[in-house]
Amino acid sequence: MNLAEAQGILEAEVIVGSHLEEIQVRMACGADLMSDVLAFTKKDALLLTGLTNAQVVRTGEMAEIAAICFVRGKRPSEETISLAEENGVPLLASPLPMFEGCGRLYRAGLRGCSEVDT
Amino acid sequence: MKADPRITKTQEMVYEMRVGDVMSREVITVKADDLMSSLRELLRRNRISGVPVLDEDRLAGLISLEDFIKWLADREADCTIGERMTGNLVTLDEDDPLVLAIGKFESTGLGRFPVTDSRQGRLVGILTKGDVIEGLLKKLEIDYHQEEIHHYRPSDFFRHIEAESTTLVFQYDVKGKDIKQAGSSASRLKRTLKRLGMRPDVVRRVGIASYEAEMNLVIFTEGGKVRATVQPGRVFVEVEDSGPGIPDIEKALQPGYSTAPDWVRELGFGAGMGLVNIRKCSDTFDIYSEPGKGTLLRASFFASEEEDETGRPGARAGSGRGVGSRAPR
Repeated sequence: MNLAEAQGILEAEVIVGSHLEEIQVRMACGADLMSDVLAFTKKDALLLTGLTNAQVVRTGEMAEIAAICFVRGKRPSEETISLAEENGVPLLASPLPMFEGCGRLYRAGLRGCSEVDT
Repeated sequence: MKADPRITKTQEMVYEMRVGDVMSREVITVKADDLMSSLRELLRRNRISGVPVLDEDRLAGLISLEDFIKWLADREADCTIGERMTGNLVTLDEDDPLVLAIGKFESTGLGRFPVTDSRQGRLVGILTKGDVIEGLLKKLEIDYHQEEIHHYRPSDFFRHIEAESTTLVFQYDVKGKDIKQAGSSASRLKRTLKRLGMRPDVVRRVGIASYEAEMNLVIFTEGGKVRATVQPGRVFVEVEDSGPGIPDIEKALQPGYSTAPDWVRELGFGAGMGLVNIRKCSDTFDIYSEPGKGTLLRASFFASEEEDETGRPGARAGSGRGVGSRAPR
């Protein structure tokens, strides 16, 4: 699935990023615990999270995730946005709650991090 | 033209480059005693608008499409090219700088110049404005490419070093409690390793481990150092601080065990997974701590020799995992 499709499914607004259709999303993960993201995600995952601080972007950069989507209509701070721009991490904002966002993506065929090899 | 610093590269090039560098060497010529009527097919077939005229081996003149049209318009009987050509020739020497040729294009309004050999005056090529533009573009492309190789490709860095063994050391100073900067050292280390051409899976593991370690320094200590020792295919990371130290390391290594304050948990950290993660990402892992003195964490990361098709490292070297209360100095 590409990021533009995921954006549509999540009814999300794009905060940082362009040409989303060129970004491949191989899996997704929903988490508010960044250590879990660092431990369990693989490269090119989409992260859904309720946290909006800059460390989420740092985590995204380190775990090499494809994009971050904030759930339940949360908006990131200016600091988070500028760090994301600097590091080329796309940011989306979805009005959906975490469970529903994850559920819709899963129903559309996106796999979880434990279901994808490497 | 307004002075624009951006065109200095082209200016430099037109002084450096010679006519011989950009001219077309395969010149179609006609003989002075060829007939005017033969020109039509020649010009059409080769899609050219002018041809140098040779008399024996000597350059005698130039016959252009314009001359041909004029001859057609005059409706005169067929004659030799020698009779209708432009004999008063402006030529260029192949050693002339390009800037001189550009000046001649401007001052004469001509579209092409025959180019002669500097010693014997023999015809060696022809120069059109198109040749000049193409030559400049090619040179720009080559220069750009070389610049890229020399300046922007440090990924070959290790290959360019001639030595029995090579070690690079990078050190990052981490401030305690400075949550805004937290992760910036890991980020800079990660970028540096990428540029050095370190294998992507190693870069990712080093990034995650050093980020967790950096978070620990920010959260629990007054600051410390992250030191990465890099050799071809391997990275050793040492993270050192001077307090407060970990009273019970075995406990600290249990997943979920945490002593982090609430403000850390709000950031998505402090859930007792940091050291666990570092250990998971690394090939060897050691930690030594003394309460009141400080903590030293060492982790190493190897690019495995073999690799399956997916780019995932095969069996990790993973052996030495040490835990201790005293740092071996």
